[in-house]
Amino acid sequence: MPEDRSRPVVGLFVTCLADMFRPEVAFASVKLLELAGFSVEVPRSQTCCGQPAFNSGDRADSAAIARQTIAAFDGYAAVVGPSGSCIGMLHHYPELFSEEDPWYARAQELKSRAFEITDFLSRHLELDKLQSRFQGKVTYHDSCSGLRELGIKQQPRELLAQLPGVELCEMEEAETCCGFGGTFCVKYPDISNRMVGNKVGNIRNSGAQTLLGGDLGCLLNMAGKLKREGVTIEARHVVEVLADMADIPAIAEAARN
Amino acid sequence: MSRAEIFNRIRTGLKVGADDSARRAAVEARLNARARNLIPQRAQLPAEELVQLFLNMAREAAAEVIEIERREQLAAAVEHYLQAQGVGQLVSSDEELIVALQWSHDNGIVHERRPARAGDEASLTGSFAGIAETGTLLLYSGAERPTTLNFLPDTHIVALRASTIVGPYEDAWQQLRQATGGQMPRTVNLITGPSRSADIEQRLQMGAHGPRNLVIVLMHDE
Amino acid sequence: MARLPEFDALRDQARDLKNHILEHLDLYLEVFERNVTANGGTVHWCRTAEDARRTILEICQQKEAKTVTKGKSMVSEEIALNDYLEANGVRPVETDLGEYILQLRHDHPSHIVAPAIHLTLEDVSEAFHQAHQRPKTSDPAALMREAREMLRKQFVAADVGITGANFLIAETGSTIICTNEGNGDLTQTLPKTHIVVSSIEKVVPTLEDMTLFLRLLARSATGQEFTVYNTLSSGPRRPGDQDGPEDYHVVLVDNGRSDMIASEMREMLRCIRCSACMNHCPVYGAVGGHSYGWVYPGPMGSVLTPQMVGLDKAGLLPNASTFCGKCEEVCPVRIPLPKLMRHWREREFEQHLSPASVRGGLGVWAFFAKRPALYRLLTASGSRVLRLLGGKRGRLAKLPLAGGWTDHRDLPTPSGTTFMQQWQAQQKREHRS
Ligand code: SF4
Repeated sequence: MPEDRSRPVVGLFVTCLADMFRPEVAFASVKLLELAGFSVEVPRSQTCCGQPAFNSGDRADSAAIARQTIAAFDGYAAVVGPSGSCIGMLHHYPELFSEEDPWYARAQELKSRAFEITDFLSRHLELDKLQSRFQGKVTYHDSCSGLRELGIKQQPRELLAQLPGVELCEMEEAETCCGFGGTFCVKYPDISNRMVGNKVGNIRNSGAQTLLGGDLGCLLNMAGKLKREGVTIEARHVVEVLADMADIPAIAEAARN
Repeated sequence: MSRAEIFNRIRTGLKVGADDSARRAAVEARLNARARNLIPQRAQLPAEELVQLFLNMAREAAAEVIEIERREQLAAAVEHYLQAQGVGQLVSSDEELIVALQWSHDNGIVHERRPARAGDEASLTGSFAGIAETGTLLLYSGAERPTTLNFLPDTHIVALRASTIVGPYEDAWQQLRQATGGQMPRTVNLITGPSRSADIEQRLQMGAHGPRNLVIVLMHDE
Repeated sequence: MARLPEFDALRDQARDLKNHILEHLDLYLEVFERNVTANGGTVHWCRTAEDARRTILEICQQKEAKTVTKGKSMVSEEIALNDYLEANGVRPVETDLGEYILQLRHDHPSHIVAPAIHLTLEDVSEAFHQAHQRPKTSDPAALMREAREMLRKQFVAADVGITGANFLIAETGSTIICTNEGNGDLTQTLPKTHIVVSSIEKVVPTLEDMTLFLRLLARSATGQEFTVYNTLSSGPRRPGDQDGPEDYHVVLVDNGRSDMIASEMREMLRCIRCSACMNHCPVYGAVGGHSYGWVYPGPMGSVLTPQMVGLDKAGLLPNASTFCGKCEEVCPVRIPLPKLMRHWREREFEQHLSPASVRGGLGVWAFFAKRPALYRLLTASGSRVLRLLGGKRGRLAKLPLAGGWTDHRDLPTPSGTTFMQQWQAQQKREHRS
């Protein structure tokens, strides 16, 4: 695509899980951001947001990764990522520096430009531009960091409401943690399993055929449990539906031939 | 020993310097001002509506309310209630309002004025105020007002003057300070409905250790 | 909270007020002590749990007490008072229904407000049958009547009554207890001696300030508009009083709290023990209160327990959290519980207390995460390996080293090439064309 300098440039924060497990989520994000009138770049020097280190009490490594991320996204009109959890981590960066440290101001500045994708779209996308062939009943899991750190609740629902084929069936306790919690789920597998078990019960009772969410960590967790229990409900990142890319296999589904 | 150590640790932790006057002044000011914090809108109704709010909230808290027009009806209302419940015994406080009551004496109800004992069926006391915000009664102890009357009997009957109903708790504190000359009574009881517990499998049961029934007789003329 | 639209504004005020109190804690405690003394009571200061136990026992011994009744007090659990009294010839009788049931079963609380929440009706029925030698019943109302009847005798027979306190009011030198059962009132009114055992951070300036917290407490604890009995006690019997205790003691326990003032844990001293954080915690819901291993369960326990028993012993607690943030969302005094748990993890990391496997794995990962080019290589090969393992099914049922995940759920596998690889290829193609 020729560079369109008239459009503001957004830096895509890919997130590790989208990068490794589901590149389509990043492609769908690019598509939606372009639809909203931005041109998109993917800085090569980005890695992880640093949350695993931050939540393990490793401040030194967290700060090093934060500096790297801040530098990588210097100058973009906005930093947008398909995860409330990772973008929430970007919002934690100022806590990693003392207020006198020049990085503190830069971290604050990055925070003011860092947005979760549905939040960003609901601010900038003309809603009638959204088009998707998706048909079916969906239910939406509110991932914790997005919900509580970034206030993401209505944004994905507003966007989904634009799609005539989507029927939203809210589950009970949509706001209750699914038990993923990053390394929590492998450090405390039994607790995590009970939590995701409760979650799957609520998903089943919602009557939806598709589970949507905004965080791949949670979605991988819930999709894995749905599969293990033999439930046929599909799991997808919400951007796949919004970008009309829901014809790819759902998370944890085999490739279609 | 412990006392000095605890205070030292707190002061060190707070990095209190040699000059402590600003902190002392702040504490002094707060204690003297007795400033009110945010008071919910619902407790700030005009006087007429406060009585209704009190009644609604008290009933919601499972108190029984008997409304009477005049103070002279109090004895009859209490006796009527006791007879209807098949209660044959009443212990009362020595408050003026209660002492002055004219009991009918022909219904076999045994009246005594004393602190309560285990086994008492019903008690009758006055009250200092009603707090409309949550349907709460304020009672306090004194020579004429033994506290046990509020807790030991199966049924606690409380006479409440409509004019003593206030909106928020804060109004009651103010009046209590006035009534007692600033000396806190030994015991102040805020009572909202009868005793209850949900400790057995989280099922709510009424009448745990305190009264099973809380009956408020509201005197509209008082 | 539809009936109290001001709830969030009250929470802000409560947080700010607690911060003000903690900034002036020594001064408010001085005023409280002065006013208790003026009311005819005695304040005892106890640095450690041991000091507190001994102080209480001494008062009981002075009164030649054989039986003490007890209202529910988490501080008394914290200082392990019951076992100590029992070992020294004083019989403690718990009077809160939940605590009474636990005492009959030689069990411990699993929740700070509803201590017997882990027991079933059948458990209670069996415990009463054994202890009371009465025909067994499974009617909750009948069980409660039975407990009421049994405890009546204890209330009257007790020589000393011990209660906790929800708040200490400096202005008036009063202590307040909030109960729904009325057991605390009988505990403190009937015996000759009333001992209040409480901790130093519970002091508030005035009755008005106490009221702010009372408005939040019941709603956060049980969802009630107000607790049934809120009782203020200010000293012993006054001249002319026909009932009430003749002696009134307040035992103030520090037990590590003064050390928290200077640390990041200071915010935890705002806690009013309402239990909202555990009521809403999905981890607490999944494991129950006993799993926390000590007196305080749930998120507040995960922050407090390492402080009180040591990070080396309780380090797992602040780690057993997904940081979902629900606790902070519901806390009436806005304690940032996840942040405080993270502080413990930082302490643990600094002190090299975290397990080697965690540090090792994290170290390797962090090495790569700080080096973008290497990271790309790592993620690309990881993606490929997982893809190969998953094959065409799109998920794995067993993965070496990831047993924690695959024991309970399948691991969805990646598509084989990372987004970064695909994106760069695409950019190159576009560049060429
Ligand atoms: S931490 Fe907050 S929510 Fe938890 S018990 Fe304390 S005050 Fe209540």
